[in-house]
Amino acid sequence: MRLQYPGNVRVLRFPCTGKIEPNYILTAFERGVDGVMVAGCLEGGCHFLEGNLRARRRIERVRQLLDEIGIEPERLEMFNLSSAEGPRFAAIATEMSQRVARLGPSPLRVKRHKVEAGIQQMREEGEAGLRGEAG
Amino acid sequence: MIVADRKKIPEIRDMIKEHDRVLLLGCGTCVTVCLAGGEREVGILGTALRMALRLIGRDKVVVDECTIERQCEDAFIEIVAPRIGAYDAVCSLGCGAGVQNLAERFPNTPVYPGLNTQFIGVLESQGVWTEKCAACGNCRLGEFAGICPFSRCAKRLLNGPCGGSQEGRCEVRPELECGWQLIYDRASALGILGKLEAIAEPHDWSTALDGGPRKVVREDQYIGDVGQKG
Repeated sequence: MRLQYPGNVRVLRFPCTGKIEPNYILTAFERGVDGVMVAGCLEGGCHFLEGNLRARRRIERVRQLLDEIGIEPERLEMFNLSSAEGPRFAAIATEMSQRVARLGPSPLRVKRHKVEAGIQQMREEGEAGLRGEAG
Repeated sequence: MIVADRKKIPEIRDMIKEHDRVLLLGCGTCVTVCLAGGEREVGILGTALRMALRLIGRDKVVVDECTIERQCEDAFIEIVAPRIGAYDAVCSLGCGAGVQNLAERFPNTPVYPGLNTQFIGVLESQGVWTEKCAACGNCRLGEFAGICPFSRCAKRLLNGPCGGSQEGRCEVRPELECGWQLIYDRASALGILGKLEAIAEPHDWSTALDGGPRKVVREDQYIGDVGQKG
């Protein structure tokens, strides 16, 4: 399809949004990301029945925590789309990227190379988890 | 079990912000079960506090995390004791008993509460806990069909209900069930309504906190002097 989405988006894979721990998202913010979008399956279409519905409630809790911490909750959003909706993914990524750009950089002001290294580490740990490796 | 919930992050942040090294200490018993102060919540709060401190320019504060099995027993505190010297302060995610036990064990280390201890209660449904016991030290559930008028009636009436009971609801809060309606319904179902005709004697509150902090002693079990921690 040769679709494009903003180059500043980094993708971390999960078997299901229901697998995402609240602290995982907070850790991404601690490492300095400007925003997080959680892309779950369509509601009613979860392979594990209600993983994405549980994720939505957890995401709402993390938004409340961000507010308490002093970080704009709008920097975190969950979207629902099917894996066949490439154009929609690109559109959502663009919309989220624009929203975060309007909000400006993360108030934690972490240096860019440190953010990249932090996210890369989270990705490697996550991928190791997907392969069933310990740690 | 003891039910608690977490204090807001700004309140905890302001308690610990003047320290340089803080240990967040979770408790693996009651407050883990009520999702307030176990290992997972300690992890979340640790990440949140590090960010909150950085946002007020206190990014040098080290916030580490640890969870022990029970803060209300010295044997479990001893496991973490060797680490405490490395910190200026401890923020406990235990109940009020845990916080005070840590403070007694570590006289030179400030200990702060990360939770608000609420009550002795039960898991009503997933994510919902309800108060059931006032810990009065003189249980009279047998007189009231198994429903406690002290913890379930907002006015703690021993000879209820009052005139504020409407359609089984309490006048104090509309969503609150009338404790005395519950007592009546259950006594009725058990066929012991006659029991409620007797006037309930006033309660002896000397066994509750009104008589000062309480102590339970098992003569056949204790070792050493009662009142002194070994």
